[in-house]
Amino acid sequence: MSHTPHRLEIENISIGYGDKIIMQDLSFQVPHGARVAVVGPNGAGKSTLFKALVGILPLKSGKIFIHGETLGSHKDCVAYVPQREDVDWRFPVTVSDVVMMGRFGQIGWWSNPSKKDKQIVRKSIEQMGITDLADLSIGQLSGGQQQRAFLARAMAQEPHILLMDEPFTGVDATTQEVTFGLLDHLREKQVTTIISTHDLNLAATRFDLVLLINHRLIAFGTPQQVFTKENLASAFGNSLLVMENGMMLVDECCPPDEEHHHIEVK
Amino acid sequence: MNWLLEPLTYQFMQRGLFASVIVGVLCAVMGTYVVLRGMAFLGDAMAHAILPGVAIAYLLNGNLLVGAGIAAVIVALSIGLFSREGVVKEDTAIGILFAAALSLGVALISSMQTYAVDLSHILFGDVLGVSAADLWVIAILSLIILLTVALFFKQFLVISFDPVLAATLRLPAELLRNLMLVLLALTIVVSLQTVGVSLAAAMLVTQAATAYLLTRRLLPMMLVSALIGALSSVIGLYLSYYLNIVSGSTIVLTATAFFMLAFLWKRMKSV
Repeated sequence: MSHTPHRLEIENISIGYGDKIIMQDLSFQVPHGARVAVVGPNGAGKSTLFKALVGILPLKSGKIFIHGETLGSHKDCVAYVPQREDVDWRFPVTVSDVVMMGRFGQIGWWSNPSKKDKQIVRKSIEQMGITDLADLSIGQLSGGQQQRAFLARAMAQEPHILLMDEPFTGVDATTQEVTFGLLDHLREKQVTTIISTHDLNLAATRFDLVLLINHRLIAFGTPQQVFTKENLASAFGNSLLVMENGMMLVDECCPPDEEHHHIEVK
Repeated sequence: MNWLLEPLTYQFMQRGLFASVIVGVLCAVMGTYVVLRGMAFLGDAMAHAILPGVAIAYLLNGNLLVGAGIAAVIVALSIGLFSREGVVKEDTAIGILFAAALSLGVALISSMQTYAVDLSHILFGDVLGVSAADLWVIAILSLIILLTVALFFKQFLVISFDPVLAATLRLPAELLRNLMLVLLALTIVVSLQTVGVSLAAAMLVTQAATAYLLTRRLLPMMLVSALIGALSSVIGLYLSYYLNIVSGSTIVLTATAFFMLAFLWKRMKSV
């Protein structure tokens, strides 16, 4: 383990608001370029964990290292695609304005965007298939298009680590495919991606690693290692139903998608 | 044409016109942040909170603008301090400071002999009483504020639109937020003389809200807002001259008329 160059190391972190601890003593290491799914029941602390990784929620204890250095000592390393309800869609910005914001880390404090910045913005928008929408207000887009605009911004940031909060919840099929296309592209570029999802099937089939949490670490490893009866039972508790043939059902009434997620366990 | 030029034969009208146009533009630009960040209540509170500063400056025979400036910056930073720790909600913190500062200001002013006249000037402005020295202070402060906005345009855009992105870009968000509060405080101080503390809050909201209805990007919104601000000031001042009404009122009412027009236009367009 000590010989692999880990790019993201989480060491015994505890996070919370005020006196309330949301995440207790969490540790895991993500190697360079891996695709990690973060799963757990509602309110397990997925979004809270992301806020800590981004650096907007201070740690109660523990440390986060990126490339062996503590969080905050790097610039522009982490990009974050927020949940749609966290964005003010009435703000007067166009799609290209939003994507250009991704370049603000590279552009000097008092300089204008260079030709290169504009080119990167144009390319990111193109890659997300929203070139036609570039001059529209973000409020005019559909949900999936809005998400693609924010994915384009994340691309324009040229991050080493990309965090996405529930990008597969309530979006159209095109956006889901565009998102996976982007993930494949990012894997080639050795960008580490960490994505929270309710969809255990996706987590099991399209990710390298799964982080199963419920206010603490339940399991971390390959989907096969993580998705065992014991782990799922301890993460989801009563909302887990085990069928006779080994099929397990996780029943969560999680708005906006209220479907049942099921996964086969050998 | 004569009716247009006649008021300008008076020097106090010329100065008043300059002062109110500058303030109209300044409030309109800072107002875009007030509207977009939902700080209308904060602007209102700050405008009233500078009252004790003005009163103390008056008692000490000091410069009223300096007194107002100091009070406004203190209030701006203490609102940030009280609400940052999450001990009380921001609007609660604002409400408490607002009420306390206003009461203190009224208490101080009412203890003076000639308070009746001066209080109405502070509350509703006295644009025709702008001296040449006042005009210089207004112009220079406004220039500094507008230049700062231009300089930090990108950073202010990010902290207003997406605080999480600001964090990932490692922007000093707290510092920028406080800088914005200080600029807002200074804007209110500058508008004290022309529209007074009661109407400064309206100046910070109305033009920007009008521009919000007409544009869909931040910079155009600011420019349209500034244009409406300047027009409202000019029209309002002429109305004030010919109808013999307090200028602060006519300026704000003109701005309100612009807002109503934009609102109706928007409604008609969407039907």
